[in-house]
Parts: sequence; structure tokens; C-alpha cells
Amino acid sequence: MSSGEYVTRADLGGRLGYGPIKFEPEYKAWHADWEPRVFALQLSMGAAGVWNLDMTRSARETLPDYDQRSYYEIWYAALLKQLDERGLVTADELAAGRSIHLPPALPRVVHASDVPTLQAHGAPTERLATKGPRFAVGQRVRTVTGPTPHHTRLPGYAQGKPAVIERVHGVHVFADANASGHGEQPQWLYTVVFRGTDLWPDAEQGLTVSIDAWEPYLEAA
Amino acid sequence: MDLRVRALESVLVDKGYVDPAALDVLIETYETRIGPRNGARVVARAWVDAEYRDWLLSDATAAIAWLGYTGRQSEHMIAVENTLQQHNLVVCTLCSCYPWAVLGLPPTWYKSAPYRSRAVRDPRGVLAEFGVTLPPHTDIRVWDSTAEVRYLVVPMRPSGSEHLGEEELAALVTRDSMIGTGLPRNVEDVDP
Repeated sequence: MSSGEYVTRADLGGRLGYGPIKFEPEYKAWHADWEPRVFALQLSMGAAGVWNLDMTRSARETLPDYDQRSYYEIWYAALLKQLDERGLVTADELAAGRSIHLPPALPRVVHASDVPTLQAHGAPTERLATKGPRFAVGQRVRTVTGPTPHHTRLPGYAQGKPAVIERVHGVHVFADANASGHGEQPQWLYTVVFRGTDLWPDAEQGLTVSIDAWEPYLEAA
Repeated sequence: MDLRVRALESVLVDKGYVDPAALDVLIETYETRIGPRNGARVVARAWVDAEYRDWLLSDATAAIAWLGYTGRQSEHMIAVENTLQQHNLVVCTLCSCYPWAVLGLPPTWYKSAPYRSRAVRDPRGVLAEFGVTLPPHTDIRVWDSTAEVRYLVVPMRPSGSEHLGEEELAALVTRDSMIGTGLPRNVEDVDP
């Protein structure tokens, strides 16, 4: 990891000023010919065992020009960043459009015959519990506060807020640790629900908002 | 972008890191086999079969797998049912988490700042932008997909659809109605 402050540019919940939503019909998967190629390159390299999905999310959200890029431009830039950081692809190779340096071997390469199985199984994140959950359904909790000096899935708007445990999902790979290369460190995962009025000064009565929160995001209230 | 992506693909293929045939199969899978019609079949089934509905609401991952839909970005599913009392809306404020196996790849607006920023704060305003007006006494519940759990909204079955079969019902179920930003089509739209 590089030194310096960790800045995510993807934590958008509750921010104002992004303008109207642009609709599109149900069957419009791609908006340019290169988009499906980037999509497939990312999925293929993502299954090669070099990095995990949490690392990829971290690579995307820390792109300095995140908000200037289209969705698949973000994917492309983050894929390049991850390849570059590991020395798997270099600038001279990109310019030449071919391999120049002897490539380090990958843990695995995804072949066409692997796709159906990979696709059907996905990458479940639930792990065996080694201890019981700290919180029970109905229990009042409070989310922790930032700043968080690394990738996290606790949105800014939901930090330091009262909530109630609504569901217990089992023990799941902890994104914060997994994204930073510290292993899976599985943690109990909960759906916690907030009252809208506890989140926003202008929320309508009756609004509730939930997030899925790993146990380290929560304190007993 | 076209040239840059082509150069990257060439380098990765040349190094033996990716198999071009695998890329084609991946793309074809998401163009032809995985999309919102899968989710529509799940919803239609829940509308006609009370036992399936109960299973879906208590163990969505298993109930959806039983219809043949599993895998990437849908490993841990939760189905949430709209009622007159509560309308459900799904968002991923942090990125673009979306239940691929039942809805396919997310539309651009789902991945973009306007929707991600406002859905958790002013969902009724967002719904109005989609042309959806809920009864004022219907509360809104927003599900922000922050972990690997993925959410499927089961919309309310349209009135006047009692005589329709499962397949016709599935045709009423839109992608947006399963995200919560829309409602199912009216019966007259498929049954004139």
C-alpha cells in the first residue's frame, strides 16, 4: 500500500448536487464496444487469484478522477492500476500492445470451460463461525465513527448513528481487512436499520434506511 | 478507449493471463442468459404460489437457486416484499452492488452519482423522478447494499391479474419494479 491518507471518492450517500437521474431501457447492457471487453477482462483477471473483489473496489474508489470517469472507464483504470502495482503489465507493453517482459505466473488462468462453474458458484463470502454473535435481533446499537484510514463499507452518512439490529446474516469475509491484504478476518454481519430522521435533517417521517454492517462497525447503545 | 482496451487485451492474451475464448463466453453469458427476466420469473412464481413466496422471503438464496439462478453477485440473497404499508428501494451508495443472477448487470443510472446520492435521503423524490407516486401513508424502506448480501424487491401483484398465468405475470414484472424504482406493468399492457 502507498503511504498517505486514504481517500475514497465513492462514498456518495446523502450528498447533494449531482443532478437528475438519466433513465435507460431494460435491455441496454453496454454503451460502447469496448465496455464488454473491459467487463470480461476484469472478471477473468479477478478470478485469477492475484487480488480479491474488495481490493478491486478499493482500487476503484481511490482513483483521483473517479467522478470524471464513466462506469467502465473506472473499471478499466482500476484494472490497469492493479496490474501495474503488481508488475503484471507495464507501460511499454501497453504502448506496444504485446508482451515484452517475462510474465510472472498467475495462480490460475480462467478458460472458457471454467466459466459456467465459476459463474454458477460465484464467490460466497460466508464462513464458519468460531464464536457467537455479539448482537441479537432487536438490539439497539450505535455505528462507530471515522475517519477510516483504509477501505471500508460503512458509509459516511451511517457513521455514529443509532440503529437497531434487524437481521443476522452469519459470519462473512470482512471487507476492510480483505481489501487491505490482511486476510479475510471473517466477522458477524448484520442488517441494521436507521430511522431516516436520525440520518438526515430533512428526512420524511416513516423513512427507514438499512445497511449491512460487520460487527466491528457496531457498538452496544 | 477502444484502442486502449484492445491494447490491454492483447497484452493480457499475449502473456497467457486471459483466454480470449473465456472472455467471449463471459460476455455472451451476460448478454443472453443472465438478465432481469430471471428475476421476473422468481417474482411471478411468488405471486402464484404462496408456499414459494414464504420460502423466498425466508431463504431467498435457496428459493432462487431452485429456479436455476445462482452465482456471481447473488451468492447471498434476500427478497423483500412491497406492501401497502412499506415500499422497498435498493441502492448501493458505495459502488454498484446488484443481484446479477436475477437482474443482470445494473443500468447506468443505478451505478451513477445522482441515484446513489439521493436514494437514501430523498427516496420519494427519486421515485417521483421515475414517475412513481406512492400513497402518502406508505412508508419507504431503503436497503443500502454495503456487504455481499444482495436484495430483490418483490413488487405487489397488480390488481386485475387474477386470471393470468405465471408466464403472463412475469411479463408484467419490470427490472425497475424489482429494484423498487418502478411498479409492475398494468394488466392492460399485456392483456388488451
